[in-house]
Amino acid sequence: MNSALLVNIFRFIMLLAIQIVIFNNMNFLGYISPFPYILYIILYPVNSNKAGLIISSFFLGLIMDMFCNSGGIHATACVILAYYRPYIFKFSFGLSYEYQTIKLNESLTPERFSFILVSVLMHHIVLFVLEAFQFKFIWDILLRTLFSSIFTIITSIIIIYLIKPNKR
Amino acid sequence: MQQIFNFLIRNSNRLLFLLLLGISLGLTIQSHSYHRSKIISSANFLSGGVYEKINRVNEYMNLRAENDELVLENARLKSLLFNKEDTSKLPLPDTIKGVKPADIIVSKVIHNTYSTHENFLTLNSGSNEGVKPDMGVINSLGIVGIIDDTSPRYSTVVSILNMKSRINAKLKKSNHFGSLTWDGKSTGFVQLRDVPRLASVKKGDTIVTGGQSVIFPEGINIGTVETIYKETQTSFYVIKVKLFNDMTNLGHVYIIKSKDREELINLENKEKNE
Repeated sequence: MNSALLVNIFRFIMLLAIQIVIFNNMNFLGYISPFPYILYIILYPVNSNKAGLIISSFFLGLIMDMFCNSGGIHATACVILAYYRPYIFKFSFGLSYEYQTIKLNESLTPERFSFILVSVLMHHIVLFVLEAFQFKFIWDILLRTLFSSIFTIITSIIIIYLIKPNKR
Repeated sequence: MQQIFNFLIRNSNRLLFLLLLGISLGLTIQSHSYHRSKIISSANFLSGGVYEKINRVNEYMNLRAENDELVLENARLKSLLFNKEDTSKLPLPDTIKGVKPADIIVSKVIHNTYSTHENFLTLNSGSNEGVKPDMGVINSLGIVGIIDDTSPRYSTVVSILNMKSRINAKLKKSNHFGSLTWDGKSTGFVQLRDVPRLASVKKGDTIVTGGQSVIFPEGINIGTVETIYKETQTSFYVIKVKLFNDMTNLGHVYIIKSKDREELINLENKEKNE
């Protein structure tokens, strides 16, 4: 249990650092930027403490907001994603997911991909709706959500399979 | 009583979620309303320090562009100097466009965003150097933005590429003024709204800051007229302005202490107290 906690703290710090130093400076076509820091929420152990996940996601988002000068939009999106994560598990893996041990960082099955896809879409749509905050930008919001989601999913999958833990 | 406790324990995750959602939504809504400073901003020692470290590396990449800009500015100043008859006999200028040299703080942009609807810059000077909220920020080419929030060593700037920013601006050749806004689309262009139809505007005219705001001195460059639209409902022009500044590439900037600022604040406080 203790090593899982350490791994989570390490992931929290590393993903934030990578996001702030590298991915926040990526602006494809001026407005598309990937947000792979939500991998922390996606990869959080399935059967661990849910309150811990919600609180740590809130602080994850809050630190991102601090660096992006964006009020509370990342915090809101992260908290919503953290709270609805069990429902997305049910949607992607079927009802009995708690009894299986889900490991996301193994070969990419359709279930795992659909889980990442739904999580990223949910986070991004909340994020961009709150960022624009006006209905006249609805096309802009949808466009940004679509393209940023594609880039986030690609970078997330690359990160997951690059730092796959070694099998003993 | 026990049922209340049972209810709280059973729904603890949901209550925690609703509490944190409330806090973060509150922060979001608060950040979207204009006349309040942010609670969460990048002007603090943690994010300011990190951005300063990152900027130290990035600076090397931009040395050539920064040097070119300095050389151009130097050449322009030299040409001004050589065109005077005898510079040694002239009295030293005590103001430039109404601003004393002592009222300018030189600072450096350590973080810059331009991809969202509400963009901010972070500068590496703060209240220790005398920076206060609502001071104007310019560079050698034109205006950059307005100070939003300060900490002892860092400050954040509402960029002109921010949909909340409204800056008083006018045509250089006549005194017709309007307010400068951004529609959130292109980083090279801003919109000048509420210009009366009486004004004769044509493509290529220069737009400068107007004298109505106390944030910027009058006559600081903004950009040139690109296209002119007529608003159908009102009798005003909307002018698309091409910025002189490349807002995606900013190095050193100047912060202007407004000359009439103290007087205005004193006046406003007097009105509040009465």
